[in-house]
Parts: sequence; structure tokens; C-alpha cells
Amino acid sequence: MTAKQARQHIVKLLNKTARLDGRGLTEYRKPITIEYNISKSAEGSARVQIGETIVLAGVKMELGEPYPDTPDSGGLMVGAELLPLSNPDFESGPPGIQAIEISRVVDRAIRESKAIDVTKLCIKKGELCWTVSIDICTLNDAGNLFDAAALAALAALKNARMPARDGKKIDYKNLTDEKLPIQRLPISITVCKIADKFLVDPITEEEEVIDARLTVAIMENGEICAMQKGGDIALTLAEIEQMIGIAAEKTKELRSVLDEA
Amino acid sequence: MTYSKRFDGRKFDELRETEAKVGVIKRADGSAMFRIGKTMAYAAVYGPRNLYPKFLQNPLKGILRVNYSMMPFSGSGERVRPGPNRRAREISLVIEKAIVPVLDLGEFPNSVIDVFIELPQTDAGTRCAGICAASMALADAGLAMTDLVSAVSVGRVDDKVVVDLCYDEEAYPDGPVADVPIAMLPNSGKISLLQMDGEISNEQFVKALKMGEVACKKIYEVQKAALKNKYKSTGDEE
Repeated sequence: MTAKQARQHIVKLLNKTARLDGRGLTEYRKPITIEYNISKSAEGSARVQIGETIVLAGVKMELGEPYPDTPDSGGLMVGAELLPLSNPDFESGPPGIQAIEISRVVDRAIRESKAIDVTKLCIKKGELCWTVSIDICTLNDAGNLFDAAALAALAALKNARMPARDGKKIDYKNLTDEKLPIQRLPISITVCKIADKFLVDPITEEEEVIDARLTVAIMENGEICAMQKGGDIALTLAEIEQMIGIAAEKTKELRSVLDEA
Repeated sequence: MTYSKRFDGRKFDELRETEAKVGVIKRADGSAMFRIGKTMAYAAVYGPRNLYPKFLQNPLKGILRVNYSMMPFSGSGERVRPGPNRRAREISLVIEKAIVPVLDLGEFPNSVIDVFIELPQTDAGTRCAGICAASMALADAGLAMTDLVSAVSVGRVDDKVVVDLCYDEEAYPDGPVADVPIAMLPNSGKISLLQMDGEISNEQFVKALKMGEVACKKIYEVQKAALKNKYKSTGDEE
């Protein structure tokens, strides 16, 4: 089947409000699961599975010096690795543009929602602070890495414990009971547009024919904290409004998974 | 000085708890997970597939390409910088040499078989766990193999010869230590990986190898059971 035929087939189905795997247009794959503490080496970790897509995330804590422009704040870093073991098209080597985009979109949601109170990560103003590194690794890419990555990052943060510290030395073997200073959990939902239809949680075949996508991160109070539009087709204002509406509706579902797990 | 009791209470010839599973990564042609204690490895096989750039192709036989990598949060201390480093590249090389003897690459001219190994958590013995996972993943991919490959580290901690060293033993502060990772083809009994660092006498080394042979056979049973289990469960569903 050529790419054009594949697209025609998917569009034909969407026009009948049907999808390749029988789901509704704004229905996530089931089950969505979160498993915590999947890496005993990390200070916090989680494995998120949406359908057959599996993403791992881990948190590492380090000590450093605060940035000169934020002397009373700790540091936060998000990295994403699209591992070549998770998709035949991913290559080894430094992060490509796809991985960079995912890590930056996840980073933005966490940073802009002030998910972590970074001032509480400061130990001594201008001299010593904690740096939180969140690394996301894909294990099986069966579509919708954006939402799975964002959810895994949050789950790993929720799971993290501060390691014991003696001055400027960290005792990684001894995790305390103290959690990270989490204030909010922004949920990211990516709404995709194919032809004139909107859908969520695309599988690989659908991802290949997407015209446009909009990732929206929404906080507990319903306010938006980060967005990213992708794809080659421009969107009208009305379409954007509609896509944000779908995202707002779907955050409830992912949030309930994060809350109960 | 004497190392009378192991840090985790094991007998000197006892392996840590092992767990193995195949078919864990659906996109891959073959995949497996192998865990020994707190060291866990995933392996995925892609191929045989076309090899590019073309000048790398060998018209006489296929190429096995292994890529070993630790996830950034998998180290027991600080974050590990992602991407290849000298250590990871050398380990990739020795893993490749450890598993290539069981494959018939003459079947796949101009092609590559890619094996990707990723570790989400580590506590010593990562290359051995990687080899165990990789050989199961190759079998899961349906490639013709003359044998599986089972691997474990053996060695010496102070006055004792031990099997399957954990990190605390590798870093034992009160006496000499030797770490000898080996891989064995269980049916022929041949050794396809042998490295060693530390200090060890000839007698201790021979004893360690013999203990390693027994340990590899135990691991082999775990690997076989995991492979059989996959087909058992699919059979039941149909």
C-alpha cells in the first residue's frame, strides 16, 4: 500500500467516525498504565504504557550552583532519548530534532506550570542547590510518544525521593522519605488533525498521515501552561479552539490515571 | 583478612535472583528482557535489514552490529550522560564478539542485524546481562542459531572465589578483587567472552571459570524457559 492509499483509507474511516483499531476519534487506547519505581538506580522512575507504546522516565538528583540570574532556585532539566530499540526508524547517535522537540515540550509544561517549586531546591542562595534531571527513554514506539513521555515524566517526579546529603556530597544509596516539592501536575494532550477530522492518541499508521497536531498542557485549575503546534498544515482559529476543547476534556482521563496509580 | 559473608547473604557460587522474558518490545523483530539482581537489560533485534551507507555492505556475509547503552538514570551514582562513550563502545564490541559465533551471517549478504541493548537499572554485570538478553532476542527474532549465549561474571573477592559479583563486591575496599565476565555457549561449553580486571592467581582463575560454567548452565535454563514460555502462552490463546 502506498502512503497515499494509506491516507485515503484512514480518511475514509474517519469520515465514518471509525479508526483502524476500532476506537472512537477522541478515545485513548486502553489500558493506560503507570508503574512506579521501575529503576532502582534512579531517585524516581516510572513506566507508562498507552496501548502498545511504552515509555520509561527516571529522575536523577545532583548538586550544583544556582544560575547567576536565579540565585535562589534549583535547576530542572528534561531530556528525551528516542531509543533505536523502540522503533526501526530511530537511529543511534545524538538526539535528533524529534527527540529535542519532545523533550522541550515536556520541559515547558513542567517549567511553566511551576510543577516543582524550584525555590525549595535551593540549599544556599547563590552557592548550592539541587538540580533535577528527568530523562525519558522510549521502549516501544507504537504512536503518541508526546503524551506518553509527558505522563512518564510527571509520574517519575511524583515517585522521586531526595537522596541523603552531607554538605556537598550526595549519598545515592540512601534515599530519604522527602519527596520533591511538587505543586502542580500539568497533563499534556496532543490533538491531531487528519483531513477535517480531529483525533487523539494516534497509532503509528495514523501518525504518518497527520496534517497538524496541537499539544496542550493543562493544569488542575483548567488553565493552559504550554502548547506546541506541529505538522505542515496551518490551522484556523476555530480549529484551534476546538482542539483545545478536546484536550481539556481528555486531561481528566489521564489525570485520573496519574492520581490513582 | 577474609571475606566470610557476601554483602547480600548469597552463597559464594549463588547467582542473584534472575528473571527473563521475551517479546517485550513489539516493534522489534525480536526482543527480550533479562534481569539479574538489580541489573536489568532490554535487548531488541532489528533485521536482517538493508545496510546503509552502502559501502559498509559485505557481499559475502551479513554484519552484526551491537549497540550497548545505559539509560541516563541507570547509574548508581550521578546521572550518566546519554550517548556513546569509550566504555559503551568497547562493551558493544565485546558483546558483538560474544554472540557472533552462534549466528550464520553467510545467510544474509549485504544486510545488517542490529542489536540494541538498553539498561534501565544497574548493579554490576551489565555486559553479561546484555549478552543474555541479546541472545534471547535473536532467538525470538527467529534467526537460525547454533546455540544460545549465557553470560555471568565470576571472580575473586579477597580470599574467596565468587560468582555474579554485585557492585559492592566489585568495589570491595578491604582486599584484592578480580572481576572476570564470561560468556559461554552452553551446548558446546565454549567461551565467547572473556575479560578480566583486578588480581587473581592461576588456581583461583581456573576455579572461578569452573564455577562460571555451572552458573551459565543455570542461566541457560532460565533463558530457555522464557523462550518456551512465549510460545506456550500464544498457543493457549489460539
